[in-house]
Amino acid sequence: MSEPFIRLVGVQKVYRVRGAEFPAVSEATFDIEQGELVSLVGPSGCGKTTLLKIIAGLHSYDAGELRIGTQTQPFDPSRDIGMVFQQPLLLKWRRIVDNVLLPAEILGLPLAESRERARDLLRLVGLSGSEEKYPYELSGGMQQRAAIARALVHDPKLILMDEPFGALDALTREKMNLELLRIWQESGKTILFITHGITEAVFLGTRVIVLTAGPARMADNFRVNLPHPRTLDMKTHEAFGEYTRRIYNLLGMN
Amino acid sequence: MDIYRNSIQRYSIAVFSHLMLIVAWHLFVTLGNVPKFVMPSPYATLQALLEPNYRWPENIMVTTIEIFGGYFLAVIGGIGLALLFSWFRIFEMITMPLLVSLNMVPKVALGPLILVWFSYGIGPNIAMAFAISFFPIVLTTARGLQEVEPDLLDLVRSVRGSRWQLFAKIQLPGALPYIFSGMKVAAILAVAGAIVGEFLGSSRGLGYLMLQVQVTLDTAAMFMAVILITLIGMVLYGIVLGLERLLVVRDARI
Ligand SMILES: Nc1ncnc2c1ncn2[C@@H]1O[C@H](COP(=O)(O)OP(=O)(O)O)[C@@H](O)[C@H]1O
Ligand SMILES: [Mg+2]
Repeated sequence: MSEPFIRLVGVQKVYRVRGAEFPAVSEATFDIEQGELVSLVGPSGCGKTTLLKIIAGLHSYDAGELRIGTQTQPFDPSRDIGMVFQQPLLLKWRRIVDNVLLPAEILGLPLAESRERARDLLRLVGLSGSEEKYPYELSGGMQQRAAIARALVHDPKLILMDEPFGALDALTREKMNLELLRIWQESGKTILFITHGITEAVFLGTRVIVLTAGPARMADNFRVNLPHPRTLDMKTHEAFGEYTRRIYNLLGMN
Repeated sequence: MDIYRNSIQRYSIAVFSHLMLIVAWHLFVTLGNVPKFVMPSPYATLQALLEPNYRWPENIMVTTIEIFGGYFLAVIGGIGLALLFSWFRIFEMITMPLLVSLNMVPKVALGPLILVWFSYGIGPNIAMAFAISFFPIVLTTARGLQEVEPDLLDLVRSVRGSRWQLFAKIQLPGALPYIFSGMKVAAILAVAGAIVGEFLGSSRGLGYLMLQVQVTLDTAAMFMAVILITLIGMVLYGIVLGLERLLVVRDARI
């Protein structure tokens, strides 16, 4: 088997606040292959965001090893990361298309091409017709779609999503799950998807990594053998139930 | 089309209610037989403009220069200082507590001092208008520049945005609504500052004229002066409001 796209070996992180030490990640070891959509699931406060920020290069870590990119898939940390957060965080004073353009502008990419690409991406996320609108004219779900387009505009190899649908209502969330799977398949990106939703983790992931609480410790890492494209009725399948039961057990909820 | 008709309707109503006030004023004075030195009629007030000794054009000019000059300096100085605060944290830490204390000084009490420093004339009145309108602008601008979502900061950092890009693309446009809310408060204060300055010591301007005609009990001229001062203030406020409409997206206004 070839090198994985991302490899973490024994990554640890300790926050130091006013002299006291808070271990946030005690031991993270996993690989992510090129083109995978990996769900990272765990209870609130278990260190998921911390781990994501370490991978994004925004936080340092105290021990272990982190490597992203391979010979054939080189990784440039300044332009190969797209991020989506729980809040859309669109700039109120920019039209949707200009919001999507933000990372391209910061990176100094050719503007005309990027604008073209932004429009294509807005079509991909189902927002054609809203290019010239302002964020306040869009619903929460639509704003989050724009945020996903923004994460893709500079054509990064890795998309990091931190509970992106956590603030949406249940129905919109299901819809966005299906949309994300479609976007993932059409764009072929590697996605790390953080969630505290167990069904969501199984439904989306080609693989699920389970973290247990404080400090984050790897509890499990398994492949989800459900066919693609995924459909909502798979959630009622026996196999699906087994995966979710497995996670519930790990998190001590059964 | 509908919005257009609506705004015409709103303006007509506004004009109408102002006319109603003038009519009520007229009726009150004529039907109540109010002596002219207590309250002149609208017509008598207008007639005060015909008195050449009052040198209306010159006095209007002087007061306008004081208000606009002091206000303009306050906007430039206030925004400039707030920018320095956001660029040099240590400067803010040293200066901000001082500013908070200075803000508590009743600026009107500085009048006699300002006279000593700037001598007689337009100078001290500009200084008074400046002193009174400066603080709200610094404080609101500084606050606006601080308001950056931490996740948005991470998004910019994930594509290695520079501090300047963060400032120009996110901090400053995000602070604009705050800046304008400070500027609107300051516009009203600047008018008060200039007039107080003229009351304290001056040989020209509408405030000075009011003191002159007070001696001769020419109440009509005093009314006219107050109306003119109000009009100058409204023009200034209108300019600021127009700029805000132009620069700040509707939903971002506060
Ligand atoms: N900047 C920080 N400084 C100190 N402690 C932090 C910081 N960020 C997070 N923590 C702590 O680390 C733990 C993990 O946080 P986080 O990674 O945000 O968890 P999750 O995303 O899984 O909810 C929490 O206990 C949190 O309080
Ligand atoms: Mg989190």
